Amino acid sequence: MTYARPTFRNPDLPLNKIGRARKEYEGAISTLCAGCGHDSISGAIIQACYEMAIEPHRLAKLSGIGCSSKTPTYFLGQSHGFNSVHGRMPSVATGAAMANRDLIYLGVSGDGDTASIGMGQFVHAIRRNLNILYIVMNNGCYGLTKGQDSATADAGSINKSGAENQFQGIDLCGLGLELGATFVARSFSGDKQQLIPLIKAGLTHPGFALIDVVSPCVTFNNNAGSTKSYDYTREHMEATAAIDLVPYREEILHQQDKGTIKYIPLHDESIIAVNKLAADWDPLDKSSAMRKLAQARNEHEILTGLIYVDTQSKDLHTLLNTSDTPLNQLSQTVLMPSAEILGKINKLYQ
Amino acid sequence: MNPTDIRNPEYFHKVIDCQHACPAHTPVPEYIRLIADGRYSDAYMINWVSNVFPGVLGRTCDRPCEPACRRGRVEEEPVAICRLKRVAADFKSDISHRIPGPAASKNGKKIALIGAGPASLTVARDLAPLGYDLHVFDEQFAGGGFMRSQIPSFRLPEEVLNEEVGYILNMGVVSHFNHYVDSLNHLLEQGYDAVFVGSGAPKGKDLPELEGRMEAASRIHIGINWLANVAFGHTKEIGEKVLVIGGGNTAMDCCRTSRRLGGRDVRVVVRSPLNEMKASPWEIEDAQHEDIPFYNLHSPLRFVIRDGQLKGMDFEVVEARYDQGRRTLVPTGEVVFMEADDVILAIGQENSFPWIERDLGLDFDKWGMPVLNPDTFQSTLPKVFFGGDAAFGPKNVITAVAQGHAAAISIDLFCQGKSPAERPGPLTNLMLQKMGIHEWSYDNQTTPDLRFKVPHADKTKTLSDRMLEVELGFSRETAFHEAQRCLNCDVQTVFTASRCIECDACVDICPTTCITFTDNGEEDELRTRLNAPANNKSQDLYVADGLKTLRVMVKDENLCLHCGLCAERCPTTAWDMQKYLYHAPKACVL
Repeated sequence: MTYARPTFRNPDLPLNKIGRARKEYEGAISTLCAGCGHDSISGAIIQACYEMAIEPHRLAKLSGIGCSSKTPTYFLGQSHGFNSVHGRMPSVATGAAMANRDLIYLGVSGDGDTASIGMGQFVHAIRRNLNILYIVMNNGCYGLTKGQDSATADAGSINKSGAENQFQGIDLCGLGLELGATFVARSFSGDKQQLIPLIKAGLTHPGFALIDVVSPCVTFNNNAGSTKSYDYTREHMEATAAIDLVPYREEILHQQDKGTIKYIPLHDESIIAVNKLAADWDPLDKSSAMRKLAQARNEHEILTGLIYVDTQSKDLHTLLNTSDTPLNQLSQTVLMPSAEILGKINKLYQ
Repeated sequence: MNPTDIRNPEYFHKVIDCQHACPAHTPVPEYIRLIADGRYSDAYMINWVSNVFPGVLGRTCDRPCEPACRRGRVEEEPVAICRLKRVAADFKSDISHRIPGPAASKNGKKIALIGAGPASLTVARDLAPLGYDLHVFDEQFAGGGFMRSQIPSFRLPEEVLNEEVGYILNMGVVSHFNHYVDSLNHLLEQGYDAVFVGSGAPKGKDLPELEGRMEAASRIHIGINWLANVAFGHTKEIGEKVLVIGGGNTAMDCCRTSRRLGGRDVRVVVRSPLNEMKASPWEIEDAQHEDIPFYNLHSPLRFVIRDGQLKGMDFEVVEARYDQGRRTLVPTGEVVFMEADDVILAIGQENSFPWIERDLGLDFDKWGMPVLNPDTFQSTLPKVFFGGDAAFGPKNVITAVAQGHAAAISIDLFCQGKSPAERPGPLTNLMLQKMGIHEWSYDNQTTPDLRFKVPHADKTKTLSDRMLEVELGFSRETAFHEAQRCLNCDVQTVFTASRCIECDACVDICPTTCITFTDNGEEDELRTRLNAPANNKSQDLYVADGLKTLRVMVKDENLCLHCGLCAERCPTTAWDMQKYLYHAPKACVL
């Protein structure tokens, strides 16, 4: 019986820049179904944080309810975590981010948690440009309750019991763009080469970074006719670009012809290197991104990769002009005005 | 890279590092699991079929398996394979009924075996059930060869040796002990269908040119002869101050035996640096534990004689210089004198075939070694075969056993009029292990325990009685825990590409990051871009194609824990754990 992972790791794996092994970014062993796309996304998050040399205590992971929202247990075991109420992760994240702007926030949600019960929360977090990487593990069904169609299931997709979905699916990336999200990407759990750099870029982006990850439910939605199966996704994937995140102060080492690569500077002077694959698309031009997304949808293609990024993004703290010191570190002595100042303030109202 | 052909019987065999490294290819993980199960007799029989002398080898083997053990690459030390073998021998019940008796009918062929050491006895064991009439000749009073004359009783109790030699002799083998064969020609004239020469490497090296060698002859001993004299009771004591010259396992046996025969100041003196001594590390450790100091980089200069008596030896201190990996020992001019009542020379041993006439058509090379086919062990005189130390110079017991198996196959083919070059293949079997979603028929959890130490008997007792065995062996409980350290490398990760949906579950769960799905490439280049660098080129990459994305699955076998998690997390059973049993070919299936 195996519910534990051996403690040995590959001794040839290097430590990252802050001297940590990849093992230090792992969590408990997953209890999800064997072959679940979510586990693969967990693996990508572990790899991204290890490569970015994030100090685990500098990151908080937040989630709601569902198969997807269980996954924070399975990665970053040494980071902060809050498993909140169904669909309410954006509110809890907003509170946490308001109180302590120094942490890196990673929200994990599913298609039910985001597009149904949590829709009202999700849209406002986007609208406020909360500084968070919001990953949707999107499998188009309610895996935890045996696979009913979710709000992101495509019209015409056939579920495991053979029924065809009659309703239009919600395109979370399209919705995000419409609401003014400043970083929008889509990926596939089975393509870590694409997903890992997107996660790194999303964690670096100041503001709301949305990555909608198609993550097949191997148990209830991996059948023929499903539009969120491993096979269908692979056959219909179209990538906007091959991207890479070049961290601040690191040399750009791309060997390809520089002419095809676009370098997008981020606020901390790290750079997203974009090797464009799609024509008529510019990740900095929102209308081209919206057009490209609509075009792919009409052609029954799944557009993946970085879709849009706003390099001028101002996050919630910037918009509210809050203090640089995190609010939770402001002591009473700092917050309470002196008698002299209070007198002046009172005078204004006299 | 080309996809791996897992139907090649050697591919999965190589993954079982211990078994592959064992000259006799003993199925190590198979018997270790039986030990963990408390099935000691079954574990013993697996060993007996493969290496013939489990009790002897469980105490004295050179253990080529242990440096190969994967556990040693994953953590600090390998599984104590050798001492677990002893556990099987120690705790087994009476297994004599499981040993084949004399063959019910004879096949009419008569074979002479010269020497009754491990090689000859292995040939006898493999051929006896087939009905051969086997005659074994040895100058000693009993069988065992160097296992009897060279290995001291404090490492190998006589009753263990007698038991295992006895199993073979009781299979209907005719023994001619106290019988020195002094002419091969004479033997051939007696109508044997084939002759096996397993006469070992009986001649200890000397330093005949060294000043004082002749004058002090009575106090200068040749290591292997001296050990034999002790073993047979002819030598019962030695002086207080003893110098043992040499750094191999024979030197270790000589110095430790000296401590038991009255030596108080016993020193080992070697020319090479300590870390290049030929002795096994554990034997060096045991000698040091018995308060025996080692002097390295000392080259013998002369025996110092005063008043016709040996007083000691002069050594010249040398310095090791390395040039592109080649070592030279350069004299420093410094001379060191060490006192000695006795000196034991343990500087190597050689073959000697004075009893083989050179006009029989049996060719020797310029070093005086017989010219042999390295696969069949057949000499240029077709009916004469060699094996053990007699074939290619001194090695060890397990190599002698392996060569005995090979020679027995050759002799059997030769006697049937077939070509010994047409060798049989191994017997292999690949078996499913799945019992349920999280259940396997082997214990797949990896214990983090470090290697357990074998307890030793009290030093004051062992130093006063040369017959008292030093190592006490593992208890049943410790043996269980040590056995659990085995990674079960014979339970193979078998990949079926047509079932794979490339969900990455195996990649994510693998504790040691062995698995990568990527574009194919040349091996050297591929090794650099796997999820973890694949630096150990002695370990294969398992490559499978036929995936929908046209990528390949690449598994670096180097650090696989065989924990089965890839197979447990695989939703389509593209990965499966299957036990691979590999039985090296033998003349007779036992």
